[in-house]
Amino acid sequence: MPERGHETKLVLDDLRKAYPGPLPVLDGVTFDVAPGEFVSVIGPSGCGKSTLFNVIAGLERPDSGRVLVDGADATGHVEPFAYMPQQDLLFPWRTVLDNTTLGLEVAGMSRRAARERARPLFAEFGLTGFESAHPYELSGGMRQRAALLRTVVQDRAVLLLDEPFGALDSLTRTDMQTWLDGVRAHFDWTVLLITHDIREAVFLSDRVVVLGPRPTRVRREVTVNLPRPRELAMITSPRFAAVEEELLGVLRDRS
Amino acid sequence: MSTTRTGGRRTISAVVPSLVLVALGLVAWQWYVTAADVRPQILPSPLRVATQGWAFHEQIWANTLPTMQVTAVGFGVSLALGWALAIAVDFSPWLRRALTPLLVASQTLPIIAIAPLLIIWFGFGLLPKVLVIALVTFFPIAVGLIEGFAATDRQATNLLRSMGASRWKQFRYVRLPGAMPSFFTALRIGITYAVTGAIFAEYVGATAGLGIFMSLQKNSFRTDLVLAAVVVTALLSVTLFGLTYLVQRLAIPWHGKERRRA
Ligand SMILES: Nc1ncnc2c1ncn2[C@@H]1O[C@H](COP(=O)(O)OP(=O)(O)O)[C@@H](O)[C@H]1O
Ligand SMILES: [Mg+2]
Repeated sequence: MPERGHETKLVLDDLRKAYPGPLPVLDGVTFDVAPGEFVSVIGPSGCGKSTLFNVIAGLERPDSGRVLVDGADATGHVEPFAYMPQQDLLFPWRTVLDNTTLGLEVAGMSRRAARERARPLFAEFGLTGFESAHPYELSGGMRQRAALLRTVVQDRAVLLLDEPFGALDSLTRTDMQTWLDGVRAHFDWTVLLITHDIREAVFLSDRVVVLGPRPTRVRREVTVNLPRPRELAMITSPRFAAVEEELLGVLRDRS
Repeated sequence: MSTTRTGGRRTISAVVPSLVLVALGLVAWQWYVTAADVRPQILPSPLRVATQGWAFHEQIWANTLPTMQVTAVGFGVSLALGWALAIAVDFSPWLRRALTPLLVASQTLPIIAIAPLLIIWFGFGLLPKVLVIALVTFFPIAVGLIEGFAATDRQATNLLRSMGASRWKQFRYVRLPGAMPSFFTALRIGITYAVTGAIFAEYVGATAGLGIFMSLQKNSFRTDLVLAAVVVTALLSVTLFGLTYLVQRLAIPWHGKERRRA
């Protein structure tokens, strides 16, 4: 393994994973993420993106390969990662505030301390006034923001977001993307995002990792050199279009 | 139907059709018994059931109390066992495999044959009746809970694991509350069996209770009093059934709302 500089937060080193069945899923996935970097992972449906996240998040053991965080082995560890699954999974028996504090309470923090930690984030997440509401009272976009708040408040080293906006209508999704890009600037998050939306990947990311079909490995990494904050108008810029086209080309390539 | 009507009024309007049907049935019954001049030992008229039932209300009430007591104790034991077993099964895959066939087998026991044996073994006291009630109500409760726990979303489990939750915390924060709707459904099934179970156990042998009351009245051809006791039994079941909704609304107020949204 090549020596890496200090500028890596997360290293994925030749991750392999197979389930019983004809084809392995992860066939040596290798890439890394710098501190504060926003990296999107795209790939054909069923190629193993969620599996990759489960392996990184320590929920499943890889057959081989390693996950490093800040240079230390974190394979099979859950503590460095805050994981946001595809569904929002807000629990109906908890208020919105108590849903966002779940991770802190599980980690042993008192309910009161956890609430004090989460409450100040409500304004930034557009949830002010909904602290004691129940999840069914929230719109789709608000539910995703509450789920994201629950994720980030855990203050873990790396955020893993699995298609967080996949279930939203396109207008809400665009709003959420702009909002996420804005809120990200106020924090020091290192983010890994799965999406099937190329435009979303380009709009939000510093870098996009393209995975091939199952058994999957990294096909290409594309750096997105667009100024921040990202604005909606950029979507029509030639540079944006060029990146999109490159990604589409790699995805379409069936060889 | 107005959507602004209150829960209470909605409940009342929901039972109106049943009440109308019952009233029609009673009228037809009364008419038939009068017109065909049926002997009351064979089929008493509803009016006769009501008047004789009232005439004997002290005796009926004195027999209702023991039945209620037996039902409460038996169902309480059943609940405690059902919870203990379901939690144990949820934490131990080995126990799950070991106990699932036994649970099913317990349902194939012919209670009709077992109940008299229980009386022989344990006498006319509380124990054999509690055992009968537990035998008939334990299964739906245990299975409702076991399936409720097991129905927990895999992703929800993963979310909790990613937060570092132990198996116990996964249970406490997600599996347990998530199983509550399923538990209340099972509770409703169980509680209706509980009353009939109590009556049956008393019918086989008891010193007091609606079951033995019915048995004695049947033997002296007081069909009207048997039916009066049947009515009391039905009222008891319906009341307990309704109570489960009340408890559910207090215990998991979030349930109906979440479902109505979807
Ligand atoms: N627990 C599992 N057991 C067997 N096969 C699985 C399991 N989880 C995922 N798979 C298979 O692995 C492949 C990748 O799944 P997934 O990671 O969810 O894909 P993606 O998120 O890219 O759509 C799929 O073909 C899926 O059927
Ligand atoms: Mg997926």
